[in-house]
Amino acid sequence: MGYDLRLRVWRGDRSGGQLGDYSVPVEEGEVVLDAIHRLQATQAGDLAVRWNCKAGKCGSCSAEINGRPRLMCMTRLSDFEESETITVTPVRTFPVIRDLVTDVSFNYEKAKQVPAVKLTPRDPDGKRRMMQVDVERGQEFRKCIECFLCQNVCHVVRDHEENKEAFAGPRHFLRYAELDMHPLDTHDRRKLAQDVAGLGMCNITKCCTEVCPEGIHITDNAIIPMKERVVDRKFDPVTWLGSKIGRRDPRDEV
Amino acid sequence: MSYGVRSPGRAQIEQKTLRQDRWWLYPAVTFTVFMAFIVYATWRAFAGHDYYSAPYLSPFYSPCLGSCVKGSSDFGQPFGWWPLSAALIVLIFPLGFRMSCYYYRKAYYRSFWLSPPACGVAEPHTKYTGESRFPLILNNIHRYFFYAAVLVAVVLSYDAVLAFRDATGHWGHMGLGTLVLVVNVVLIWAYTLGCHSCRHAVGGRLRHFSKHPLRYKAWTLVSKLNANHARYAWLSLFSVALADLYVYLLAIGAFSDPRFF
Ligand code: SF4
Ligand code: SF4
Ligand code: FES
Ligand code: FES
Repeated sequence: MGYDLRLRVWRGDRSGGQLGDYSVPVEEGEVVLDAIHRLQATQAGDLAVRWNCKAGKCGSCSAEINGRPRLMCMTRLSDFEESETITVTPVRTFPVIRDLVTDVSFNYEKAKQVPAVKLTPRDPDGKRRMMQVDVERGQEFRKCIECFLCQNVCHVVRDHEENKEAFAGPRHFLRYAELDMHPLDTHDRRKLAQDVAGLGMCNITKCCTEVCPEGIHITDNAIIPMKERVVDRKFDPVTWLGSKIGRRDPRDEV
Repeated sequence: MSYGVRSPGRAQIEQKTLRQDRWWLYPAVTFTVFMAFIVYATWRAFAGHDYYSAPYLSPFYSPCLGSCVKGSSDFGQPFGWWPLSAALIVLIFPLGFRMSCYYYRKAYYRSFWLSPPACGVAEPHTKYTGESRFPLILNNIHRYFFYAAVLVAVVLSYDAVLAFRDATGHWGHMGLGTLVLVVNVVLIWAYTLGCHSCRHAVGGRLRHFSKHPLRYKAWTLVSKLNANHARYAWLSLFSVALADLYVYLLAIGAFSDPRFF
Protein backbone atom coordinates (compact mmCIF):
# COMPACT_ATOMS: atom_id res chain seq x y z
CA MET A 1 0.00 0.00 0.00
CA GLY A 2 1.30 3.42 -0.89
CA TYR A 3 1.29 6.41 1.44
CA ASP A 4 2.49 9.99 1.56
CA LEU A 5 5.97 10.16 3.03
CA ARG A 6 7.02 13.25 4.90
CA LEU A 7 10.52 14.06 3.76
CA ARG A 8 12.96 16.74 4.90
CA VAL A 9 15.81 17.31 2.51
CA TRP A 10 18.73 19.67 2.86
CA ARG A 11 18.81 22.16 -0.02
CA GLY A 12 21.62 24.60 -0.58
CA ASP A 13 25.24 25.03 -1.54
CA ARG A 14 28.48 26.38 -0.08
CA SER A 15 26.93 29.75 0.64
CA GLY A 16 24.21 28.30 2.83
CA GLY A 17 21.09 26.23 2.88
CA GLN A 18 18.32 24.74 4.98
CA LEU A 19 16.12 21.71 5.42
CA GLY A 20 13.08 21.82 3.15
CA ASP A 21 9.83 19.99 3.97
CA TYR A 22 8.15 17.84 1.32
CA SER A 23 5.44 15.26 1.04
CA VAL A 24 6.11 12.50 -1.50
CA PRO A 25 3.86 9.59 -2.47
CA VAL A 26 5.73 6.30 -2.08
CA GLU A 27 4.98 2.63 -2.66
CA GLU A 28 5.59 -0.45 -0.61
CA GLY A 29 9.07 -1.92 -1.04
CA GLU A 30 10.71 1.34 -2.01
CA VAL A 31 13.95 2.79 -0.70
CA VAL A 32 14.91 6.33 0.28
CA LEU A 33 16.53 6.92 -3.11
CA ASP A 34 13.19 6.15 -4.83
CA ALA A 35 11.52 8.85 -2.76
CA ILE A 36 14.30 11.30 -3.58
CA HIS A 37 13.96 10.52 -7.28
CA ARG A 38 10.19 11.03 -7.17
CA LEU A 39 10.74 14.30 -5.36
CA GLN A 40 13.15 15.34 -8.09
CA ALA A 41 10.78 14.24 -10.86
CA THR A 42 7.62 15.84 -9.51
CA GLN A 43 8.42 18.74 -7.19
CA ALA A 44 12.06 19.76 -7.12
CA GLY A 45 13.48 19.43 -10.61
CA ASP A 46 16.74 21.11 -9.66
CA LEU A 47 17.50 18.80 -6.70
CA ALA A 48 21.11 17.62 -7.00
CA VAL A 49 21.70 13.98 -6.07
CA ARG A 50 24.44 11.55 -7.04
CA TRP A 51 23.61 7.93 -7.77
CA ASN A 52 24.45 5.22 -10.24
CA CYS A 53 23.61 1.61 -9.59
CA LYS A 54 20.67 1.56 -7.17
CA ALA A 55 22.09 -1.72 -5.97
CA GLY A 56 24.50 -0.74 -3.22
CA LYS A 57 27.51 -1.40 -5.39
CA CYS A 58 28.74 1.89 -6.83
CA GLY A 59 29.00 3.84 -3.58
CA SER A 60 27.64 7.07 -5.09
CA CYS A 61 24.47 7.66 -3.11
CA SER A 62 26.02 8.17 0.33
CA ALA A 63 24.04 10.56 2.51
CA GLU A 64 22.84 10.93 6.07
CA ILE A 65 19.39 9.63 6.83
CA ASN A 66 17.99 10.73 10.16
CA GLY A 67 21.53 11.62 11.09
CA ARG A 68 23.01 8.21 10.23
CA PRO A 69 25.45 7.80 7.35
CA ARG A 70 23.86 5.34 4.91
CA LEU A 71 23.44 4.51 1.24
CA MET A 72 20.12 5.97 0.06
CA CYS A 73 19.56 3.06 -2.30
CA MET A 74 19.97 0.48 0.46
CA THR A 75 17.80 2.16 3.07
CA ARG A 76 14.30 0.71 2.97
CA LEU A 77 11.33 2.88 3.79
CA SER A 78 9.92 -0.07 5.69
CA ASP A 79 12.66 0.53 8.31
CA PHE A 80 10.68 3.60 9.36
CA GLU A 81 7.17 4.21 10.63
CA GLU A 82 4.83 5.56 7.96
CA SER A 83 4.09 8.52 10.21
CA GLU A 84 7.79 9.30 10.67
CA THR A 85 9.48 12.23 8.92
CA ILE A 86 12.66 11.10 7.20
CA THR A 87 15.45 13.68 7.11
CA VAL A 88 18.05 13.40 4.36
CA THR A 89 21.18 15.55 4.33
CA PRO A 90 24.45 15.39 2.44
CA VAL A 91 27.38 13.78 4.27
CA ARG A 92 28.68 16.30 6.77
CA THR A 93 32.43 15.75 6.66
CA PHE A 94 33.16 16.84 3.10
CA PRO A 95 32.54 20.20 1.43
CA VAL A 96 29.08 20.47 -0.06
CA ILE A 97 28.69 21.21 -3.77
CA ARG A 98 24.92 21.39 -3.98
CA ASP A 99 22.01 19.77 -2.15
CA LEU A 100 22.94 16.13 -1.51
CA VAL A 101 26.15 16.20 -3.54
CA THR A 102 29.50 16.69 -1.81
CA ASP A 103 33.08 16.97 -2.96
CA VAL A 104 34.81 13.77 -1.86
CA SER A 105 38.21 14.50 -3.41
CA PHE A 106 39.81 14.34 0.07
CA ASN A 107 39.58 10.57 -0.27
CA TYR A 108 41.29 10.46 -3.65
CA GLU A 109 44.10 12.70 -2.44
CA LYS A 110 44.67 10.38 0.50
CA ALA A 111 44.62 7.34 -1.77
CA LYS A 112 47.54 8.78 -3.72
CA GLN A 113 49.65 8.77 -0.56
CA VAL A 114 49.60 4.99 -0.16
CA PRO A 115 52.64 3.56 -1.96
CA ALA A 116 51.53 0.92 -4.45
CA VAL A 117 52.40 -2.72 -4.20
CA LYS A 118 55.89 -3.82 -5.29
CA LEU A 119 55.92 -7.54 -5.89
CA THR A 120 58.74 -10.03 -5.46
CA PRO A 121 60.41 -11.26 -8.69
CA ARG A 122 58.56 -13.86 -10.74
CA ASP A 123 59.19 -17.56 -10.35
CA PRO A 124 61.57 -19.07 -12.99
CA ASP A 125 58.58 -20.12 -15.13
CA GLY A 126 57.44 -16.51 -15.29
CA LYS A 127 54.52 -16.93 -12.94
CA ARG A 128 53.77 -15.61 -9.50
CA ARG A 129 52.26 -17.93 -6.94
CA MET A 130 50.23 -17.18 -3.85
CA MET A 131 48.49 -19.65 -1.57
CA GLN A 132 44.76 -19.27 -1.09
CA VAL A 133 44.96 -18.91 2.73
CA ASP A 134 47.49 -16.12 2.31
CA VAL A 135 45.27 -14.00 0.09
CA GLU A 136 41.98 -14.71 1.81
CA ARG A 137 42.48 -12.22 4.59
CA GLY A 138 42.85 -9.24 2.32
CA GLN A 139 39.91 -10.30 0.22
CA GLU A 140 37.44 -8.98 2.79
CA PHE A 141 38.89 -5.51 2.32
CA ARG A 142 38.45 -5.66 -1.44
CA LYS A 143 34.70 -5.66 -1.00
CA CYS A 144 35.01 -1.92 -0.38
CA ILE A 145 32.80 0.06 -2.78
CA GLU A 146 34.37 3.39 -1.88
CA CYS A 147 31.17 4.95 -0.64
CA PHE A 148 33.33 6.83 1.91
CA LEU A 149 30.67 6.53 4.58
CA CYS A 150 33.39 5.35 6.94
CA GLN A 151 35.51 8.37 6.08
CA ASN A 152 32.49 10.56 6.68
CA VAL A 153 31.49 9.13 10.05
CA CYS A 154 35.01 9.04 11.48
CA HIS A 155 35.03 11.65 14.22
CA VAL A 156 38.76 12.27 13.75
CA VAL A 157 37.98 14.37 10.68
CA ARG A 158 34.23 14.81 10.98
CA ASP A 159 34.61 16.74 14.22
CA HIS A 160 38.07 18.19 13.49
CA GLU A 161 38.60 19.76 10.11
CA GLU A 162 42.22 20.50 11.03
CA ASN A 163 42.99 16.76 11.26
CA LYS A 164 42.31 16.18 7.56
CA GLU A 165 45.92 17.03 6.80
CA ALA A 166 47.36 14.30 8.99
CA PHE A 167 44.73 11.57 8.80
CA ALA A 168 44.00 9.21 5.92
CA GLY A 169 40.92 7.55 7.39
CA PRO A 170 39.53 4.03 7.75
CA ARG A 171 39.08 3.31 4.04
CA HIS A 172 42.82 3.80 3.57
CA PHE A 173 43.70 1.86 6.70
CA LEU A 174 42.04 -1.04 4.91
CA ARG A 175 44.52 -0.52 2.12
CA TYR A 176 47.53 -0.35 4.45
CA ALA A 177 46.38 -3.52 6.18
CA GLU A 178 45.71 -5.34 2.94
CA LEU A 179 49.16 -4.54 1.60
CA ASP A 180 50.87 -5.34 4.89
CA MET A 181 49.22 -8.77 4.80
CA HIS A 182 50.04 -9.27 1.12
CA PRO A 183 52.14 -12.41 0.65
CA LEU A 184 54.28 -11.02 -2.18
CA ASP A 185 54.64 -7.31 -1.45
CA THR A 186 58.13 -6.07 -0.62
CA HIS A 187 57.25 -2.70 0.89
CA ASP A 188 57.04 -2.13 4.60
CA ARG A 189 54.52 0.67 5.21
CA ARG A 190 54.13 0.29 8.94
CA LYS A 191 55.99 3.44 9.86
CA LEU A 192 54.19 5.34 7.13
CA ALA A 193 50.81 4.15 8.40
CA GLN A 194 51.56 5.67 11.77
CA ASP A 195 53.47 8.80 10.77
CA VAL A 196 51.81 9.85 7.51
CA ALA A 197 48.40 8.19 7.52
CA GLY A 198 47.76 9.02 11.17
CA LEU A 199 46.79 5.55 12.35
CA GLY A 200 47.55 6.64 15.91
CA MET A 201 44.73 9.17 15.77
CA CYS A 202 42.14 6.47 15.41
CA ASN A 203 40.78 5.60 18.84
CA ILE A 204 39.10 2.38 17.62
CA THR A 205 35.61 3.56 18.53
CA LYS A 206 34.33 1.54 15.56
CA CYS A 207 31.95 3.96 13.86
CA CYS A 208 33.51 3.08 10.51
CA THR A 209 32.59 -0.55 11.08
CA GLU A 210 29.09 0.44 12.19
CA VAL A 211 28.28 2.27 8.96
CA CYS A 212 30.08 0.16 6.35
CA PRO A 213 27.41 -1.05 3.90
CA GLU A 214 29.64 -3.92 2.85
CA GLY A 215 29.88 -5.15 6.42
CA ILE A 216 33.67 -5.07 6.39
CA HIS A 217 35.08 -5.48 9.90
CA ILE A 218 37.22 -2.43 9.37
CA THR A 219 38.28 -1.95 12.98
CA ASP A 220 38.73 -5.56 14.08
CA ASN A 221 40.27 -6.99 10.95
CA ALA A 222 42.21 -4.08 9.48
CA ILE A 223 42.81 -1.20 11.89
CA ILE A 224 43.61 -3.14 15.05
CA PRO A 225 45.83 -5.70 13.25
CA MET A 226 47.57 -2.76 11.59
CA LYS A 227 48.01 -1.04 14.96
CA GLU A 228 49.54 -4.25 16.28
CA ARG A 229 51.89 -4.36 13.31
CA VAL A 230 52.91 -0.78 14.00
CA VAL A 231 53.60 -1.76 17.61
CA ASP A 232 55.91 -4.51 16.27
CA ARG A 233 57.80 -1.93 14.30
CA LYS A 234 57.77 1.08 16.63
CA PHE A 235 56.81 0.36 20.22
CA ASP A 236 57.78 -3.19 21.11
CA PRO A 237 61.56 -3.44 21.56
CA VAL A 238 61.47 -7.23 21.75
CA THR A 239 59.82 -7.91 18.37
CA TRP A 240 61.79 -5.11 16.79
CA LEU A 241 65.04 -6.65 17.95
CA GLY A 242 63.89 -10.10 16.84
CA SER A 243 63.19 -8.86 13.35
CA LYS A 244 66.62 -7.21 13.15
CA ILE A 245 68.61 -10.19 14.38
CA GLY A 246 67.04 -12.84 12.19
CA ARG A 247 66.19 -10.36 9.43
CA ARG A 248 62.95 -12.25 9.28
CA ASP A 249 61.28 -9.33 7.63
CA PRO A 250 63.09 -8.73 4.36
CA ARG A 251 60.85 -5.89 3.19
CA ASP A 252 62.06 -2.38 2.46
CA GLU A 253 60.68 0.42 4.52
CA VAL A 254 59.01 3.08 2.39
CA MET B 1 34.33 29.97 15.67
CA SER B 2 32.60 27.26 13.73
CA TYR B 3 34.37 23.92 13.81
CA GLY B 4 33.64 20.23 13.37
CA VAL B 5 30.47 19.52 11.42
CA ARG B 6 29.89 23.28 11.21
CA SER B 7 33.26 23.97 9.56
CA PRO B 8 33.23 26.36 6.59
CA GLY B 9 32.48 24.66 3.28
CA ARG B 10 30.33 21.91 4.72
CA ALA B 11 26.55 21.83 4.41
CA GLN B 12 25.27 24.33 6.95
CA ILE B 13 23.14 22.42 9.40
CA GLU B 14 22.56 23.82 12.86
CA GLN B 15 22.00 20.56 14.75
CA LYS B 16 25.10 18.74 16.01
CA THR B 17 23.34 15.51 15.18
CA LEU B 18 20.10 14.64 13.42
CA ARG B 19 19.92 11.20 14.96
CA GLN B 20 16.55 10.47 16.53
CA ASP B 21 17.18 7.02 17.92
CA ARG B 22 18.38 6.39 21.46
CA TRP B 23 22.06 6.77 20.63
CA TRP B 24 22.79 7.90 24.19
CA LEU B 25 21.79 4.52 25.61
CA TYR B 26 25.08 2.69 25.03
CA PRO B 27 27.30 5.42 26.51
CA ALA B 28 24.90 6.00 29.41
CA VAL B 29 24.67 2.32 30.34
CA THR B 30 28.40 1.80 29.91
CA PHE B 31 29.21 4.80 32.06
CA THR B 32 26.84 3.68 34.81
CA VAL B 33 28.00 0.08 34.93
CA PHE B 34 31.71 0.95 34.78
CA MET B 35 31.30 3.56 37.51
CA ALA B 36 29.49 1.03 39.69
CA PHE B 37 32.30 -1.48 39.10
CA ILE B 38 34.98 1.11 39.85
CA VAL B 39 33.33 2.12 43.12
CA TYR B 40 32.82 -1.50 44.17
CA ALA B 41 36.31 -2.62 43.15
CA THR B 42 37.98 0.34 44.85
CA TRP B 43 36.19 -0.37 48.10
CA ARG B 44 37.01 -4.08 47.96
CA ALA B 45 40.61 -3.63 46.86
CA PHE B 46 41.44 -1.16 49.62
CA ALA B 47 39.46 -2.99 52.30
CA GLY B 48 42.10 -5.65 52.89
CA HIS B 49 39.77 -8.02 54.75
CA ASP B 50 37.04 -10.61 54.13
CA TYR B 51 38.66 -11.87 50.94
CA TYR B 52 39.16 -15.47 51.99
CA SER B 53 36.74 -18.07 53.18
CA ALA B 54 38.31 -21.51 53.01
CA PRO B 55 38.67 -22.88 50.43
CA TYR B 56 37.73 -19.83 48.37
CA LEU B 57 39.99 -16.87 47.64
CA SER B 58 38.55 -13.74 46.05
CA PRO B 59 39.92 -13.14 42.54
CA PHE B 60 40.75 -9.56 43.55
CA TYR B 61 43.30 -10.90 46.01
CA SER B 62 44.80 -13.70 43.99
CA PRO B 63 47.67 -14.43 44.19
CA CYS B 64 47.79 -13.15 47.74
CA LEU B 65 51.39 -11.98 48.08
CA GLY B 66 51.16 -9.54 51.02
CA SER B 67 50.64 -10.46 54.65
CA CYS B 68 47.45 -12.33 53.91
CA VAL B 69 45.22 -14.33 56.21
CA LYS B 70 46.15 -17.91 56.98
CA GLY B 71 45.57 -20.33 54.12
CA SER B 72 45.13 -17.74 51.41
CA SER B 73 48.73 -17.46 50.19
CA ASP B 74 49.47 -20.33 47.85
CA PHE B 75 52.51 -18.65 46.40
CA GLY B 76 54.17 -17.44 49.60
CA GLN B 77 54.26 -13.90 50.90
CA PRO B 78 57.20 -12.15 49.18
CA PHE B 79 55.50 -8.83 49.90
CA GLY B 80 54.81 -9.57 53.55
CA TRP B 81 56.18 -6.13 54.45
CA TRP B 82 53.60 -4.39 52.24
CA PRO B 83 51.57 -2.21 54.61
CA LEU B 84 48.44 -1.81 52.47
CA SER B 85 45.85 -4.23 51.13
CA ALA B 86 47.40 -7.21 49.32
CA ALA B 87 44.99 -6.71 46.43
CA LEU B 88 46.84 -3.57 45.37
CA ILE B 89 50.02 -5.55 44.60
CA VAL B 90 48.42 -7.68 41.89
CA LEU B 91 45.40 -5.70 40.73
CA ILE B 92 47.58 -3.38 38.72
CA PHE B 93 47.94 -6.14 36.09
CA PRO B 94 44.28 -6.89 35.39
CA LEU B 95 43.58 -3.18 35.69
CA GLY B 96 46.24 -2.27 33.14
CA PHE B 97 45.07 -5.11 30.90
CA ARG B 98 41.51 -3.86 30.83
CA MET B 99 42.41 -0.19 30.64
CA SER B 100 44.51 -0.83 27.52
CA CYS B 101 42.15 -3.43 25.99
CA TYR B 102 40.95 -2.42 22.55
CA TYR B 103 37.35 -3.04 23.50
CA TYR B 104 37.47 -1.15 26.79
CA ARG B 105 39.23 1.68 25.00
CA LYS B 106 36.30 1.97 22.63
CA ALA B 107 33.90 1.80 25.57
CA TYR B 108 35.54 4.47 27.68
CA TYR B 109 36.40 6.79 24.82
CA ARG B 110 32.75 6.74 23.93
CA SER B 111 31.10 6.84 27.33
CA PHE B 112 33.57 8.70 29.54
CA TRP B 113 35.33 10.98 27.08
CA LEU B 114 32.44 11.28 24.58
CA SER B 115 34.92 11.03 21.78
CA PRO B 116 32.54 10.39 20.09
CA PRO B 117 29.50 9.59 22.27
CA ALA B 118 27.94 7.76 19.31
CA CYS B 119 28.44 7.60 15.56
CA GLY B 120 27.41 10.75 13.79
CA VAL B 121 27.03 12.61 17.08
CA ALA B 122 29.48 15.49 17.43
CA GLU B 123 32.01 15.23 20.23
CA PRO B 124 32.32 18.17 22.63
CA HIS B 125 36.10 18.65 22.28
CA THR B 126 37.69 21.29 20.09
CA LYS B 127 41.06 19.48 19.82
CA TYR B 128 41.75 15.84 19.18
CA THR B 129 44.94 13.81 18.75
CA GLY B 130 43.66 10.36 19.61
CA GLU B 131 46.26 7.82 20.61
CA SER B 132 49.13 9.55 18.84
CA ARG B 133 50.46 11.37 21.93
CA PHE B 134 51.23 10.84 25.59
CA PRO B 135 49.44 9.55 27.63
CA LEU B 136 47.13 7.59 25.32
CA ILE B 137 50.03 6.43 23.16
CA LEU B 138 50.89 4.18 26.11
CA ASN B 139 47.95 2.00 25.14
CA ASN B 140 50.31 0.56 22.55
CA ILE B 141 51.95 -1.58 25.24
CA HIS B 142 48.76 -3.59 25.63
CA ARG B 143 50.50 -6.81 24.61
CA TYR B 144 52.70 -6.73 27.71
CA PHE B 145 49.62 -6.55 29.88
CA PHE B 146 48.28 -9.47 27.89
CA TYR B 147 51.29 -11.58 28.81
CA ALA B 148 50.75 -10.68 32.49
CA ALA B 149 47.03 -11.41 32.16
CA VAL B 150 47.79 -14.95 31.01
CA LEU B 151 49.74 -15.50 34.24
CA VAL B 152 46.85 -14.07 36.25
CA ALA B 153 44.42 -16.40 34.47
CA VAL B 154 46.70 -19.36 35.28
CA VAL B 155 46.68 -18.41 38.95
CA LEU B 156 42.89 -18.02 38.96
CA SER B 157 42.59 -21.44 37.34
CA TYR B 158 44.74 -22.85 40.14
CA ASP B 159 42.39 -21.21 42.67
CA ALA B 160 39.41 -22.78 40.95
CA VAL B 161 41.05 -26.21 41.18
CA LEU B 162 41.82 -25.68 44.86
CA ALA B 163 38.14 -24.90 45.38
CA PHE B 164 37.51 -28.61 44.89
CA ARG B 165 39.05 -29.15 48.34
CA ASP B 166 36.95 -28.56 51.41
CA ALA B 167 37.73 -26.07 54.17
CA THR B 168 40.08 -28.55 55.84
CA GLY B 169 42.05 -29.21 52.66
CA HIS B 170 40.53 -32.54 51.59
CA TRP B 171 39.81 -33.14 47.92
CA GLY B 172 36.45 -34.15 46.51
CA HIS B 173 34.37 -31.17 47.54
CA MET B 174 32.24 -28.88 45.51
CA GLY B 175 30.17 -26.03 46.76
CA LEU B 176 28.35 -23.18 45.10
CA GLY B 177 31.55 -21.19 45.62
CA THR B 178 33.46 -23.72 43.52
CA LEU B 179 30.98 -23.22 40.70
CA VAL B 180 31.27 -19.45 41.03
CA LEU B 181 35.07 -19.58 40.76
CA VAL B 182 35.00 -22.03 37.84
CA VAL B 183 32.51 -19.98 35.84
CA ASN B 184 34.55 -16.88 36.54
CA VAL B 185 37.81 -18.41 35.38
CA VAL B 186 36.22 -19.77 32.20
CA LEU B 187 34.95 -16.29 31.35
CA ILE B 188 38.33 -14.77 32.21
CA TRP B 189 40.02 -17.19 29.80
CA ALA B 190 37.48 -16.48 27.09
CA TYR B 191 38.16 -12.78 27.52
CA THR B 192 41.94 -13.10 27.78
CA LEU B 193 42.45 -15.44 24.82
CA GLY B 194 40.14 -13.36 22.63
CA CYS B 195 42.47 -10.38 23.05
CA HIS B 196 43.51 -8.63 19.86
CA SER B 197 47.16 -8.76 20.92
CA CYS B 198 46.80 -12.50 21.44
CA ARG B 199 45.25 -12.81 17.99
CA HIS B 200 48.20 -10.93 16.59
CA ALA B 201 50.81 -12.90 18.51
CA VAL B 202 49.51 -16.38 17.71
CA GLY B 203 49.30 -15.80 13.98
CA GLY B 204 47.93 -12.43 13.04
CA ARG B 205 51.36 -10.94 12.50
CA LEU B 206 52.22 -13.48 9.81
CA ARG B 207 52.11 -12.68 6.11
CA HIS B 208 52.13 -16.33 5.06
CA PHE B 209 49.63 -18.49 6.91
CA SER B 210 50.46 -21.28 4.48
CA LYS B 211 53.94 -21.65 5.96
CA HIS B 212 52.63 -21.92 9.54
CA PRO B 213 49.62 -24.26 9.56
CA LEU B 214 49.53 -24.63 13.35
CA ARG B 215 49.66 -20.93 14.00
CA TYR B 216 47.02 -20.45 11.34
CA LYS B 217 44.79 -22.89 13.19
CA ALA B 218 45.43 -21.07 16.47
CA TRP B 219 44.68 -17.74 14.81
CA THR B 220 41.40 -19.13 13.48
CA LEU B 221 40.37 -20.25 16.97
CA VAL B 222 41.40 -17.01 18.64
CA SER B 223 39.56 -15.08 15.93
CA LYS B 224 36.36 -16.83 16.94
CA LEU B 225 36.77 -15.73 20.56
CA ASN B 226 37.88 -12.33 19.36
CA ALA B 227 34.63 -11.80 17.48
CA ASN B 228 32.87 -11.98 20.86
CA HIS B 229 35.49 -10.04 22.74
CA ALA B 230 33.15 -7.26 23.87
CA ARG B 231 30.68 -9.78 25.25
CA TYR B 232 33.36 -11.57 27.26
CA ALA B 233 34.72 -8.24 28.45
CA TRP B 234 31.36 -7.52 30.04
CA LEU B 235 30.62 -11.03 31.28
CA SER B 236 34.02 -11.45 32.89
CA LEU B 237 33.72 -8.03 34.52
CA PHE B 238 30.47 -9.13 36.14
CA SER B 239 31.74 -12.57 37.04
CA VAL B 240 34.88 -11.29 38.73
CA ALA B 241 32.87 -8.82 40.82
CA LEU B 242 30.30 -11.48 41.69
CA ALA B 243 32.98 -14.00 42.64
CA ASP B 244 34.50 -11.43 44.96
CA LEU B 245 31.11 -10.54 46.41
CA TYR B 246 30.34 -14.20 46.98
CA VAL B 247 33.56 -14.75 48.92
CA TYR B 248 32.94 -11.54 50.85
CA LEU B 249 29.47 -12.66 51.89
CA LEU B 250 30.82 -16.03 53.02
CA ALA B 251 33.66 -14.36 54.89
CA ILE B 252 31.40 -12.06 56.87
CA GLY B 253 29.13 -15.00 57.61
CA ALA B 254 26.09 -13.75 55.71
CA PHE B 255 25.30 -17.36 54.82
CA SER B 256 27.15 -20.61 54.47
CA ASP B 257 28.27 -22.10 51.19
CA PRO B 258 25.68 -24.58 49.78
CA ARG B 259 27.53 -27.84 49.20
CA PHE B 260 26.92 -30.12 46.21
CA PHE B 261 29.18 -32.96 47.37
S1 SF4 C 1 37.50 3.19 14.51
FE1 SF4 C 1 39.09 4.71 14.05
S2 SF4 C 1 39.00 5.00 11.84
FE2 SF4 C 1 37.09 3.95 12.46
S3 SF4 C 1 35.65 5.64 12.76
FE3 SF4 C 1 36.57 5.22 14.75
S4 SF4 C 1 38.32 6.60 14.93
FE4 SF4 C 1 37.71 6.56 12.77
S1 SF4 D 1 35.15 0.49 3.81
FE1 SF4 D 1 32.93 0.29 3.76
S2 SF4 D 1 32.20 2.29 4.43
FE2 SF4 D 1 34.33 2.56 3.88
S3 SF4 D 1 34.32 3.22 1.75
FE3 SF4 D 1 34.55 0.98 1.74
S4 SF4 D 1 32.48 0.18 1.59
FE4 SF4 D 1 32.29 2.35 2.17
S1 FES E 1 23.30 4.10 -6.14
FE1 FES E 1 25.06 2.84 -6.22
S2 FES E 1 25.37 2.46 -4.12
FE2 FES E 1 23.50 3.54 -4.09
S1 FES F 1 42.10 -7.71 26.14
FE1 FES F 1 40.75 -6.65 24.85
S2 FES F 1 42.03 -6.40 23.15
FE2 FES F 1 43.41 -7.30 24.49
